[in-house]
Amino acid sequence: MQATSDEELIGRIASGDRLAMQVLFARHHVRVFRFVLRLVRDESVAEDLISEVFLDVWRQAGRFEGRSAVPTWLLAIARFKALTALRRKPDEELDEEAAAQIEDLSDDPEASLAKKDKSAVLRKCLEGLSAEHREIIDLVYYHEKSVEEVAEIVGIPENTVKTRMFYARKRLAELLKAAGIERGWP
Amino acid sequence: MNAVGREAPERQEIEALLPWHAAGTLGRRDRERVERAIANDSELARRLTLVREEQQETIHLNESLGVPSSRAMEKLFAAIEAEGAPAPVRRSFDLVGRVSSLLSGFAPRTIAYAAAAATIAFFLQSAMLTAVLMKDHQDTSTPQLASANTPSNSHAVIRFSPQATASEIISFLNAHGAEVVEGPVRNGSFNIRFSADTSQSEVVRKVQRMQSETKVVEFIATKGDQGR
Repeated sequence: MQATSDEELIGRIASGDRLAMQVLFARHHVRVFRFVLRLVRDESVAEDLISEVFLDVWRQAGRFEGRSAVPTWLLAIARFKALTALRRKPDEELDEEAAAQIEDLSDDPEASLAKKDKSAVLRKCLEGLSAEHREIIDLVYYHEKSVEEVAEIVGIPENTVKTRMFYARKRLAELLKAAGIERGWP
Repeated sequence: MNAVGREAPERQEIEALLPWHAAGTLGRRDRERVERAIANDSELARRLTLVREEQQETIHLNESLGVPSSRAMEKLFAAIEAEGAPAPVRRSFDLVGRVSSLLSGFAPRTIAYAAAAATIAFFLQSAMLTAVLMKDHQDTSTPQLASANTPSNSHAVIRFSPQATASEIISFLNAHGAEVVEGPVRNGSFNIRFSADTSQSEVVRKVQRMQSETKVVEFIATKGDQGR
C-alpha cells in the first residue's frame, strides 16, 4: 500500500479533514522546525513558528495549486515567518549574535583543541556562517532542494542561488582556514 | 593559456553544480555533465570530496538540533479547534468553468474516453483515501530524508498499534528522539531513524524501552534484529 501523497493530504485538509492535517504535520514538522531553528536560533520561537506555519496550511490549503512540491511550499511559508520574527528583534541583538559567532571561531580555546577533530571544526564553522549562507547550505545539503526549489523558497533567481551557494562555501573555507584547517580551496 | 581560459568558465560552472550533484538533486543532463567532468579532472573530483564533507556535517548539525516538543502540536490543534473548518475556496468554481471551456473544444469521442479515464482515476483515488482512513494512525510516513545515508545501525523497524492515535505516535517518536524516514513498508510497518550520533548500544536500549510502550507499539526491532 502506497502512502497518501502530500498533495492528496492538502486536498483533504482543504475540506476540513483534521486527520489529514495530523498526518501532514507528522511527516514534515521536524524538518520545518530544524529549518526555522537554524534561522531564528531560539527553540521556543521556532516551536511557535511551526505552529503558525501549519495553521497557515490549514487556512490556505484550498488555495494550494500544486505548482511546487508541498515540502517546498512549507519551507517557503516557514522562511517568511522566520524572517518576520527576526525583523522583530532589535538590530543590535542580531549584530551581537553574529559577532559572537565569528569570535568563537578564531579565539575560542575549544576551537583550537578541536583542530584534531576536523568534523567538529567544520560544524562549528557552519554555525558561524551568516543567516543567508546557513540557509542556502541547509536547503541544499540537508533539505535536498534543487536549484529551482531553492530559488522558489528564497525568492531569488536560479543563477543567484548558484552564486550564493558558491560564496557560502567560500566563506566556510575562510572560517575553516581561520580555525586552522586549510583545504586548498578556493 | 588560451585553452585554460576557454575551459575555466565551464569548470566554474561544473564546480557550482557540485553541491547539488552530491545531494543527488541535479537533472539528468547536468548530472551526466558533472560526472563526465569529474572523470576527467582529478581536482574537480577532490573538490567533490570537500563538498561531501560539508554535506555530511550539515546533516549531522541539523540532526543534532533534535525535535520540537509536543507543545507545537498542541498549540496548532488548539488553534484549529478554535478556528473550525477552513473557509471554502472559490477555486473549485473557477476550475469547473475552465474545464467546461476546455471540453467544449473536444470531439465527443475524446470526451467519452476522458470521462472513462477520469472515472477509473476517481475510484483509484477513493480506494486509496479509504485505505488511509482505515489505517489512519499508521500514516506518519515521510519521504526519504537528505540524510537517509546515515548508518543503518541507527534505524529500526516499527509497527504502531492500531489503537494509537496520530498525536500519540508523534509524541512517542519525539520523546524517543526518533523520526519516520520511510513507510508504510511491508505489513504496514515503518522505518524509523534515531539521530546519527546515537551509538548502537544506545539504539538497542531505546528500542527496548520503546517495546515496553505497548499502547503505541505493536512491534519494533533494530534493522539488524529484523533480518535474523
